[in-house]
Amino acid sequence: MSASTIVHPAGQGTDADGVLEVRDLAKHFPKGDQDLVALREFSITVRPGQFLVLLGRSGCGKSTLLNLMAGLTRPTSGQILYRGTALSGPSTEIGYLTQHDTLMPWRDVTRNVEMPRELRGEGKRSRREEAQRLIELVGLGGFEHHFPRELSGGMRRRASLARMLAADPETLLLDEPFGALDAQLRTELQGELLRLWQGTGRTVVFVTHDIEEALLLADRVVVLGPVGSVLLDVDVDLQRPRDPDEVRVDPRFVALHKSLSVALKEGAR
Amino acid sequence: MSAATTTDAGTAGPGSAGPLQVRTARGFREKHGRRATVWAWRAGLLVALVAVWQVLSGPVLDPQYVSSPQGIWERLAGWIADGTLWTNTWITIQEIVLGFLLGAGAGAVLAYLIAPIRVVWTILDPYVMALYAIPKVALAPLFIVWFGIGTDMKVLLAAVSVFFLVFINTAAGVHQVDSALVDAVRLMNGSRRDVALKVVLPASMTGLLTGLRVSIPYALIGAVIGELVASNRGLGFLISDSSAKFDTDGVFATLLVLSVIAMVLNGLVGLIDARTSRWKPLDT
Repeated sequence: MSASTIVHPAGQGTDADGVLEVRDLAKHFPKGDQDLVALREFSITVRPGQFLVLLGRSGCGKSTLLNLMAGLTRPTSGQILYRGTALSGPSTEIGYLTQHDTLMPWRDVTRNVEMPRELRGEGKRSRREEAQRLIELVGLGGFEHHFPRELSGGMRRRASLARMLAADPETLLLDEPFGALDAQLRTELQGELLRLWQGTGRTVVFVTHDIEEALLLADRVVVLGPVGSVLLDVDVDLQRPRDPDEVRVDPRFVALHKSLSVALKEGAR
Repeated sequence: MSAATTTDAGTAGPGSAGPLQVRTARGFREKHGRRATVWAWRAGLLVALVAVWQVLSGPVLDPQYVSSPQGIWERLAGWIADGTLWTNTWITIQEIVLGFLLGAGAGAVLAYLIAPIRVVWTILDPYVMALYAIPKVALAPLFIVWFGIGTDMKVLLAAVSVFFLVFINTAAGVHQVDSALVDAVRLMNGSRRDVALKVVLPASMTGLLTGLRVSIPYALIGAVIGELVASNRGLGFLISDSSAKFDTDGVFATLLVLSVIAMVLNGLVGLIDARTSRWKPLDT
C-alpha cells in the first residue's frame, strides 16, 4: 500500500515500530539576523521498553532534543511521532525530568508530588495516597511536609522523580538528572531508577555526558556530535543487573567504553 | 555552660547523606541575650535623650523653638482630656487604612490583569513610570479641585501613593515567574488557568507582598500631606494649626503621635516580612 510507504519513508521502514520516532528534526533559534542551529536532520527511532541513552558533550543539542520530544517546543522542521501520531504538545504519557529542579517552592513534598494528579482533577484522597506511595518509593518517607528549600539536592531530585511518576507516564525523558549530585548519591539514584524501570515496560530516553553512566544504564547508546549528528549507535549487551563496581572491569564494558570515548573525541574535532 | 545537646531526637534523612535533626536546649542568655541587650540599649538611649532635652530646654535652648518633653507631655495630656487627640488621630487612621486598601486593591488587581499580557505591559510601561515618578504632593492641589477638601481627597492621595508601588512590584513579581515552573505545569497538561492559579499567582506573591510592605508608610505620608495642604481635622491639621499658633509643644506632640503610628505600621510590615520569607523561592 502506498500509504504505508508515506508513514515509513525509506531507510526507517525496516525498524520495528517505535514508541518515539523522530524524523529529519531541525531546530533553529533566531538570533539577530542569524539563526542558531541547535539540531539538524536528526532522526531516531526508540523502541518500546528500551532504555536509550543519548551521550554527548555539552552543546550538542541534547537538551534541545528532549525539549522537542517532551512537546515543550516546536521543531523548525521535521516531526516527532509518538505511537504513530504527530506530537503537537506536552502529553501526560511522556514524563520529563529536566536538568534543574522545577518543584514549586511554595508547596511541600506531598503537594508537589500530587500536583500532576491534582491538575488532572483527581480527588484529594486518592491523589494523596498515590503521592504517599511514590514518596516512600523514592525514599523520601518522613519528609512529606518539607519544602523544597529545606531539602538537599539529592532529595529534591527524588521528589522530582516522584512527581514525574505521579502522572504515570509510559515514556520517561531524563535530562542529565543526576548531573549535579556527588558520585555516591548518583550511583544510588541510578540504581533506584533502574529498579523503577525494570519490569514496567516503560521506555526511557536518558541524556548524559558521562560514559560510565551511559554504560551502567543503557540498552542502547547513541553518541551525538555537533548539531545532533549521530556519531555512533550501539546496543549495550552487558548482563543486567550491572553492579557498578564489577561491571567496570568487564572486558565488554572496557571495549564499549573505549569505542564510546573514541566516538566522543572524534565528534569534538 | 548552660547549653546541652541531646542527640536522641535526631532523625536522619534517606541514605546517609540526609541532614540530621537535633533538639537542643539553650538557656535564656543564649536564646534572648542579644535581643535583651539591644532593647536595654534602646530604652537607655531614649531615656538619656529625653533627659538631656528636658535639662537643656530652658537654660540653654529656647522652649519656644524646641519645646520640651514636659511641655509635650502636658499638651498630650490636655488633648487626651478634651478628646482632641483621639478625634484627629482616628480620622488620620481611617484615611490611612482606606487609602491603603483602595490603592493596594486597585494596584494588585490591575497588575494581575495587565502584567501577564506582555504586549500591553510593554506599551503602557513608560506611561506607568512617568505617572509613578510624579511627586504625589504635586497632585494635592488638583485633588482639591476634583474631590474637595474633605477626607475623600486624603484617602485618594494616600491611595495613589500606594497604588503605583503595589502595581509596579506586583507586575515585577508576575514577570519574574520562573518559566521552568510554567513549563513544569505545561508538562502536566495544565491549562492556562492552571498556570495562572498554580504558578503565576503564588510565584508573584513575593512581588505583591514587597509592594504592600514598601507602600504602607506611603499611605501615612499621603494622608498627612493631604491634611497639611487643606483640612480642618486630622493629625496633619493639628500640626499646621499648632504651628500657625506658634505652639511648638503641639507640633512636637503631634509628631510624637505620628511616629507611634509609623512604628505600629512598621510592626505590620515586619509581620508581612515574616510571611514573605516563607515564600522565598529556591536558590539554585
